[in-house]
Amino acid sequence: MNSQVASQVNLVTGSQMLRLLWLIPALPLAGFLLLALFGGRLSRRQVARVGCGSVGAAALITALVGADFLRAFPDRPSYHQMLWKWIDTSEMTVGVSWYLDALSLLMVAVVTGIGFLIHLYSVEYMSGTGEAGVSAPAGRAGEDHQGYARFFAYMNLFVAAMLTLVLADNLLLLYLGWEGVGLCSYLLIGFWYREPEYGAAAQKAFIVTRIGDTAFAVGLFILFTQLKSLSIQQVQTLAAEAWPIGSNVAVIVAVLFLVGALGKSAQLPLQVWLPDAMAGPTPVSALIHAATMVTAGVYLIARMHQLFELAPSVQEVVAMIGLLTLLLAACSALVQRDIKRVLAYSTMSQIGYMFLALGVGAWSAALFHFLTHACFKALLFLAAGSVIHSLGHEQDIFRMGGLRRRLPLTFWTFLIGAAAMSGVPFITSGFYSKDWILWSAWSSPLSHRWIWFGALLGTLLTGLYSFRLLFRVFFGEVRTQPIGEPGVAMRVPLLVLAFLAVTVGFLELPRTLGDLPLFSRYLSHVLPAIETIPGMDKSVEALVQIAVTFSALLGMGLAAVLFLPRATFVDRLAGTSLGRALVIFWRGGWGFDRMYDGLIVRPWLHLTRESGELIDRGYESLAVAAESFHVWLSRTQTGHVRWYAATVAVGALVLLGLFAM
Amino acid sequence: MLTTHALVLAIMLFCIGLVGLLSRRNVLYMLLSLEIMLNAASLAFIAGGARWGQADGEIMFLFILTLAAAEVSVALGIVLQLSYRFQTLDADAFSEMKG
Amino acid sequence: MEILFYIAAAVTLLATVRVITHVHAVHALLYLVVALIALALIFYLLGAQFAAALEIIIYGGAIMVLFIFVVMLLGPLAVEQEKSWLTPGTWVGPNVLALVLLGEVGYLIAAGDHLPIDFMETRRKGVSIVLYGPYIIGVELASMLLLPGLIGAYHLGRRVPKESR
Repeated sequence: MNSQVASQVNLVTGSQMLRLLWLIPALPLAGFLLLALFGGRLSRRQVARVGCGSVGAAALITALVGADFLRAFPDRPSYHQMLWKWIDTSEMTVGVSWYLDALSLLMVAVVTGIGFLIHLYSVEYMSGTGEAGVSAPAGRAGEDHQGYARFFAYMNLFVAAMLTLVLADNLLLLYLGWEGVGLCSYLLIGFWYREPEYGAAAQKAFIVTRIGDTAFAVGLFILFTQLKSLSIQQVQTLAAEAWPIGSNVAVIVAVLFLVGALGKSAQLPLQVWLPDAMAGPTPVSALIHAATMVTAGVYLIARMHQLFELAPSVQEVVAMIGLLTLLLAACSALVQRDIKRVLAYSTMSQIGYMFLALGVGAWSAALFHFLTHACFKALLFLAAGSVIHSLGHEQDIFRMGGLRRRLPLTFWTFLIGAAAMSGVPFITSGFYSKDWILWSAWSSPLSHRWIWFGALLGTLLTGLYSFRLLFRVFFGEVRTQPIGEPGVAMRVPLLVLAFLAVTVGFLELPRTLGDLPLFSRYLSHVLPAIETIPGMDKSVEALVQIAVTFSALLGMGLAAVLFLPRATFVDRLAGTSLGRALVIFWRGGWGFDRMYDGLIVRPWLHLTRESGELIDRGYESLAVAAESFHVWLSRTQTGHVRWYAATVAVGALVLLGLFAM
Repeated sequence: MLTTHALVLAIMLFCIGLVGLLSRRNVLYMLLSLEIMLNAASLAFIAGGARWGQADGEIMFLFILTLAAAEVSVALGIVLQLSYRFQTLDADAFSEMKG
Repeated sequence: MEILFYIAAAVTLLATVRVITHVHAVHALLYLVVALIALALIFYLLGAQFAAALEIIIYGGAIMVLFIFVVMLLGPLAVEQEKSWLTPGTWVGPNVLALVLLGEVGYLIAAGDHLPIDFMETRRKGVSIVLYGPYIIGVELASMLLLPGLIGAYHLGRRVPKESR
């Protein structure tokens, strides 16, 4: 009730710009509709204008709305906009209504901003005939005009769905966006649908995330039956009142929500879809990894933080899953051959950091890492796309090398991205966010020492695999001749993202380095502050920072030693029988695919094949029965009108007989 | 007593009409039988109206009359058309709608 | 009074029986006209004078004339074939059916409670008032029925040219 009154007040006092909030998700949706309906009739240039322009306009409006919102920010912590009632029954009222606060504004800004840069990049990347004259491989869409429009239509829908997800005022609308994101990921991963394995990858992504979605839906049902509300704000207040900390219902709902988040964010044990999702075009990977989709899980947990606080045991599980995923994925990233798969595993690893931060109660640290990760991961993917583009769709890093001089822009931007991901101290954004997470892992009362040590090992591995990738691709001897640097539409996003990957980190300077907590102050109106154990003063923090810095630098140095001159030592190590087994095991993602295949897929297929016979026979007999009944019944249709009259008379007789009784 | 007997008469007429409808093969006679049945129904309504002193019986008669007029005009058109096309009025010959 | 009713009823029944058993279409029609007139008498006796008049004018006049026209248009009917169709066997089934129906309704009427009957005159004025009052929608529907009847009769009655069949 309170929130309604508050929202009405907001509506009255809300200034002009804030009222444009609805346009943010509506514009990409309109772009999608336009491209889906008339895409075939538009020229390539028009398609690019619509596809790119809709997201660009959304980004622009986000900037305007954001400025307007921030002007009165601390006094008005949220803005509510009700468009219409979607479902209206006596029990349940669900509106299509948007809710803007510090958290959703951050998400919207990242989704539209990074999304726009990726769209801009795709204009050239997907054109098939860029300045470098590279054409998409035969059999791939992007060659044909329809594919170009289709690509941008899906991308726009993707952004629209993600915006619906983050702006939703109630959980049902959030779920709509959630499912929309899943659908678009399926469509885009299987974008080159003529190749069966890509289609299989798309199906895998869809089915695996579906497991999480189902759990999430069940969680919604429980939440609604228990609390009779779906409004995000209301539900959490009600839950905090109704359920004591650690109560069964709270734990069950939190677990179900967590499983949903695990599916979308590709965390253990539902992480298997993400490496295969590299089947899609590179900008899609960038969009999935940086701005949309995988961060949805992080957003969900942060959004429902009050619920997770009611279930501390689940929160601990979140931290452990994050830690486990980040270590497993980092090991897998060490041995991949495909440049995009390295980045895919690195995303899993980095999202693992976010989960870890969420798990130890460092909500704003998780979101800060989300922000920096969005910048440097988009940068890395787009730079990798540029490499792939210039090498004629070569993705195997063992066939790359020495591109440093041939592609200087790509090299430098990639270097910045890799440095940010590894956390090169002081000058990169990744350092500040990762340092914050590790500091929280050390100082939070919810954390344990071993979590911190695991995360520290993770920073070492991150440095190792990021720079292994860099050295493999850009140093050493030239193995495949590049065609040249990409055109302007691809360069601009790279430069902008490189700039962001460095500077975004300065939004939150720790106590030891300048003490400028802009970001946490901004989010403090939505998310609770990070607790620390007493006695954690500046000197401890500095020690932790030194440890992190040292670990990251050690990883990078190790990479330099191992891969920079010639990777003979590593090759020899991988040549031993143990090494080879380990490489195969890690490259396959710790055997999760094979395990699921053996435990679930095969038995299930076997079962369906066996029982399929039986069920088919049942349906066939039903069909036979229906047919024989039909033959028997059609005999009554003699075509003789007198016969019909007689049957009518008999019917009357029967009815009268019933009446007489 | 009279209205009760009128009802008895009505049901007798109805039954005769039904017998005619079911036993004659000539479409024209079937139509005549239908007219008889409609008249029987009207008689029942009139008798009912007389029994209760209500106008509704006669109104129903009027509606039945209208119905009969429309029915007869269309049905006779069909009879003509059938005789043109099939050169017969045998109702059993027109069984092309057999299921 | 009462004797009139029974005589009229007997005439109606006999004439009706002849309608369905006759082999000459025109004769059958004449029997039907007789039956209708007898029925009109019964209507009159039941106090429905207006209905009686309509019965004679519309049924006995207009509708029967339609039948006559059609019989004329159809030309000479094969009387012999009519006879051959009317085998005794064809009568059995319908007769049984009708007898059962008769029995059922007879039972119903006999079993029903018999109120002392003194029928009242239905008020003709009342008919008009009720017809254009509560039954106005029925009147509208009847007019809507008659119009397609007219069009249908016109359309169906046309002789289709040989080549377009």
